[in-house]
Amino acid sequence: MMSVNRNHSIMMILSFIAIVCLMAASPAFSESGKQPYKIGGIFAVTGPASFLGDPEKKSMEMIIEQINSNGGIDGHMLEAVIYDTEGDPSKAVMGANKLINKDNVIAIVGPSATPTTLAVMPMIQKAKIPFISCAAGNKIVQPIDPWVFKTAQSDIQAVATIYETLKSKGIKKIGIISVDNAFGESGKEQLLSQAPDFGLTVTKSETFGAKDTDMTAQLTKMRQDNPEAIVCWGTNPGPAVLAKNMQQLDLNIPLYQSHGVASPKFIELAGSAAEGIMLPTGKILVAGLLPDTDPQKKILNAYTTEYEKKYGSSVSGFGGYAYDAVNILAAALKNSNGDKEKIREAIENTKGYVGISGVFNFSKTDHNGLGPDAFVMVKIKNGTWELLQ
Amino acid sequence: MAGLTCSGQTMQEILQYFFSGITNGAIYAVIAIGFSMLYSSTELINFAHGEFIMLGSLCMVTFFGSMHLPLVPAMILTIICIAFTGLVFERLAIRSVKHPEPIVLVIITVGASIFLRGVGMLLWGKDAYSIPSFTSHPPIDIAGAKLLSQSIWIIAIFLVTALGLHLFYKKTLTGKAMEANAISKRAAWIVGIPSKFMVMMAFGLSTAMGGLAGVIISPITMCSYDMGTMLGLKGFCAAMLGGLGSLWGALIGGFLLGILEALGVGFVSSGLKDATAFLLLLLILYVRPGGIISSAEVNRF
Repeated sequence: MMSVNRNHSIMMILSFIAIVCLMAASPAFSESGKQPYKIGGIFAVTGPASFLGDPEKKSMEMIIEQINSNGGIDGHMLEAVIYDTEGDPSKAVMGANKLINKDNVIAIVGPSATPTTLAVMPMIQKAKIPFISCAAGNKIVQPIDPWVFKTAQSDIQAVATIYETLKSKGIKKIGIISVDNAFGESGKEQLLSQAPDFGLTVTKSETFGAKDTDMTAQLTKMRQDNPEAIVCWGTNPGPAVLAKNMQQLDLNIPLYQSHGVASPKFIELAGSAAEGIMLPTGKILVAGLLPDTDPQKKILNAYTTEYEKKYGSSVSGFGGYAYDAVNILAAALKNSNGDKEKIREAIENTKGYVGISGVFNFSKTDHNGLGPDAFVMVKIKNGTWELLQ
Repeated sequence: MAGLTCSGQTMQEILQYFFSGITNGAIYAVIAIGFSMLYSSTELINFAHGEFIMLGSLCMVTFFGSMHLPLVPAMILTIICIAFTGLVFERLAIRSVKHPEPIVLVIITVGASIFLRGVGMLLWGKDAYSIPSFTSHPPIDIAGAKLLSQSIWIIAIFLVTALGLHLFYKKTLTGKAMEANAISKRAAWIVGIPSKFMVMMAFGLSTAMGGLAGVIISPITMCSYDMGTMLGLKGFCAAMLGGLGSLWGALIGGFLLGILEALGVGFVSSGLKDATAFLLLLLILYVRPGGIISSAEVNRF
């Protein structure tokens, strides 16, 4: 009986390996005879952060297809090698390792989230390879690492945008609740450090687990100090649970969320509890509402139409991070001949690139390149977004 | 310290923490019952139990949320589906094992949990879903604290289930046979109780409990394919806390864990919420290794 079992398991393992090989094999081709430029992508395509990684992967594939159909860059086709992190830092490290050592890519785009990005950064520094992250956390570009860039808006700008609104409403006392992962921690840090600049007092700073089912206890604790507003920092689904709990507890305190939930999914999850919530978001969410004078309106419309035509699903701002990253990279690749130092320098000197997430002006001291105008404040009304101001 | 003055507001807060605690506690208790029931019949810890909760929640999303079946049929249909999945799991993954040693079976359940999570992801996708409360009553105001309508549903369903299980074990022949089988498989076999059938029943009932936990929890949380693991662990903690293998132990463990968690958030720190469960577990295991209600028959491996 044992030997039958053993044969069986060997067969299983072999077939597993065969399947993995089949899946991994992607055709490498070049129409012009020149070696293609290989660009790595590591995104959370599955797992809890898939709402980030899935559109990022699709956007990257879409823009690369476009660049290739226009003849590539200096005659070199672009080839994407994309690995899934599942939102897990150790898988992200494995993916980055493969991209650097096995696939020999000349630049890497991604990962989708702050923890995964921070996990792969030491490896990037060692390998000296241009790296554009799609994550929001500010720790990625502060302190500045010469090889690390990011396209997503930072917590700094998001917090400043929220606090600006609070200040204009004359609010002085706020409560903070953040998710206990790197995204929440980074947001909390900014919320606490920027509060005095806007004349705000933080009465309580609470946390919740990413998978918590009930946050009434935290809310009850925060209610003690009668804050004039609550700022919640997290990504789906936690903030939706919080919004529901606030509605159930009948707390009539204005709720501000982070840009981490700026997607239609949040409205769907929170249902009627989403009404009246205010949050900062990249302009893509409200592209239709923007005035025609907005410099980003054109590219936003173009990206939205293409993405929706190609994938049949509505866009979120997250895909834009990868879209911008690949576009900036593609521009930097021109005349670089694949030299990594040249690419890095070209990215650092990118000025006035109008992208999905904002207008990028990179410099030696700013590897995010975005100003506060990258965000607009929106309010959820009748199940859709409404531009504030 | 505000906590020292027993003002009206503090009472209101404590009451609110308590409500939050019993809601979570009832959920943990239902999960713990699932663990305990299976353990007492088979001495097996089913680490895939959390995934049955997830399947229950997501089935509810489909039946109640998308197909708009009435509440009761949707619930019953979900629980039947989950119990059936549990039976298939037992037949294919557990019974077919040639050398059913405890450690082998436990590893199988861990594998099954990964498999079921994958199935959940394929069937329902990676997004989270939410469904409306069973009834849309406004929350009930008791001395300033709000008791949510879904909490009442959860506690009521829990009480009915606990009572039903108690009666099933004490009053029906099948229940008594299951209990006999749990106490001594050999003795039960000698008097003609079909052990295999009893194990199957235990699996079905245990996973049905998981499904039920998923059903009642679905309106208060967001349902997604990866929600089960943490819930499973909390339920396991509750079962260990109360005394693995005991129905009332699971009940006490569940509520104790839920209430202490809520009070921990309120009076210590919300960062320690999950740590509370595991600290408590360590403490109990140190002081009373068998759990709060420990029976002499409970043996650990």
